[in-house]
Amino acid sequence: MSTSDVTKEGIKGAQPGRDAMVGVVAGRHDGRRRHRGRGEQSMVPDATFSSYYGKPVLNAPIWKAPDIAGYFFLGGLSGAASVLGACASATGRPSLAKASKIGALVSIGLGMVGLVHDLGKPSRFVNMLRVFKPTSPMSVGSWALAGYGPAVGTAALTAVTGRLTRVGAVATGTAAAVGPFISAYTAALMCNTAVPSWHEAYREMPFVFVGSSATAAGGLGMIAVPVGESGPARNAAIFGAMLELAAAQKLTRRLGHPLAEPYQKGKSGALLKASEALTALGTVGGVLLGRRSRAAAAASGAALLAGSALSRFAIFEAGMVSANDPEHTVRPQRERVNVKSTGQ
Amino acid sequence: MATDNLLSGLLAGDTDPAAISGYTDHPPRMGFFTDTSVCIGCKACEVACKEWNHIPEDGLNFTGMSYDNTGGLGADTWRHVAFIEQRKPIAGQIAGVQHAEVGAPAVDDAGSELRWLMASDVCKHCTNAACLDVCPTGSLFRTEFGTVVVQEDICNGCGYCIPACPYGVIDQRKEDGRAWKCTLCYDRLQVGMEPACAKACPTDSIQFGPLEELRERAAQRVERLHEAGVTDAQLYGHDPNDGVGGDGAFFLLLDKPEVYGLPPDPVVTTRDLPSMWRHVGVAALTLVVGVAAAFAGGRRS
Repeated sequence: MSTSDVTKEGIKGAQPGRDAMVGVVAGRHDGRRRHRGRGEQSMVPDATFSSYYGKPVLNAPIWKAPDIAGYFFLGGLSGAASVLGACASATGRPSLAKASKIGALVSIGLGMVGLVHDLGKPSRFVNMLRVFKPTSPMSVGSWALAGYGPAVGTAALTAVTGRLTRVGAVATGTAAAVGPFISAYTAALMCNTAVPSWHEAYREMPFVFVGSSATAAGGLGMIAVPVGESGPARNAAIFGAMLELAAAQKLTRRLGHPLAEPYQKGKSGALLKASEALTALGTVGGVLLGRRSRAAAAASGAALLAGSALSRFAIFEAGMVSANDPEHTVRPQRERVNVKSTGQ
Repeated sequence: MATDNLLSGLLAGDTDPAAISGYTDHPPRMGFFTDTSVCIGCKACEVACKEWNHIPEDGLNFTGMSYDNTGGLGADTWRHVAFIEQRKPIAGQIAGVQHAEVGAPAVDDAGSELRWLMASDVCKHCTNAACLDVCPTGSLFRTEFGTVVVQEDICNGCGYCIPACPYGVIDQRKEDGRAWKCTLCYDRLQVGMEPACAKACPTDSIQFGPLEELRERAAQRVERLHEAGVTDAQLYGHDPNDGVGGDGAFFLLLDKPEVYGLPPDPVVTTRDLPSMWRHVGVAALTLVVGVAAAFAGGRRS
């Protein structure tokens, strides 16, 4: 076999053939080369990692962003809107209650269409209710949706028609009880994978998601309801924005290099920055103008909804980047192994 | 309920996956020991697997990176032979020795250090299998042999198992939407035959048998290789105390796992799931409290 390399600078490592040196000269030559070689090696930074031709270790999720990131947003919006709607009902704000309940129904309906559409075999969507597995957030979520969907539907219909108020109250209560779980469980669904930038963020991600959900539901209220009645919606949006931004900050700080990078750089990082800008804009707009101008309140609400949606798409995209980068999988694990082996 | 068995099994410290899954009278756990030190990269395992399991073509691609144009495991690739060319001497081969003192021509020492690593990768059939844990339909199940198999008549193509696998094994077959992976030839096992890849392997690099037996054999093999000076030789996936509770298909490697495209210290994602559920619970409560407070503080209308 040939042991030489053909490089752009010519052939390297070829057998010296007729030019081979003999005797003492060859020995000295060899010694010098070796010395220089070691010197060069020490210049190589410690930051290298091994991989198989730079190929990803993991198989990336096959989920499509419009369906799944879209569902994370719509489900979150629906869950928080159900809580907002129930509180509005309880405190005698019928228009905020009605708008929130309709919003919750429409968003969960659209979200579930996305979920079924994303399946490889959509005709088999009922198989989701074939077993109940607490080890699978998708299974738990499917069962929660099976209870949540009818409750949201009943709550919205009774709010619109004004009939069966007692049934409506029970449905509203059920939707508000399950809703927060619908907003939060998708974080566990996503983090319960081997995708490093998702998995390692599992502590903060549910707070990012519920914060973002409250922001969206508040934004929806600011669009749908006159300024006089949308005070709680504004407050909910402020609470959500602060929670989301704080949780996201903590998340990126704890992940560090390299797992936080998809949240800071590239397309996913740009999406997250855009999301944070929209959320900040909507919040400031809501605080300053939300009480005075209906148009300004609606525009702020729209910015908050867009910010919330973008946040999920950014986080979704960050996971794709992380899954496809072998360094994300290898480096933290290699460091763990090295610590283990030196610790013993 | 499978869940009850799982919990009681885990509480009892049981590590036999078939027993944990509720099988009372079952055969011993079967698995693969892939000894890459004798792999010659012939890819007979890839071919045998495709023929026996009737797996569709996985793309006639040119990777341009090595003699490996298969790339990696996926829905239509259940055995994958990795191929690595290294500037490292094979053990016992003393590279770069100069014999100037006896007047022999000197050779540039960098040129004679070369070795080829070949390794046939496969589904690990983990003791704690993330794909099985997260499957919402129950399509993925544990067989009586302790292996993990997809029931294709149940799978609805939700795709959750794919990013859950810490090894990048299972994937979706685009044409039919469902997830596919190695079954450790469940059909052949049920009639007492060894899996197609192991049957076809001409050097016995792929060894099939009861896992206990394979682990003993592997420990002896790695010891003998160390004695012979192959100090790089290491077992991978053999340890029942690792992050996935040990693999049903484990390996003898001649370099770090990541060189072969394997994760150095994989952990089943569901190990952290109890903590994830707790965080979800607290976050959900935070949402309720926050939104309720929005009303308490906002009686301005």
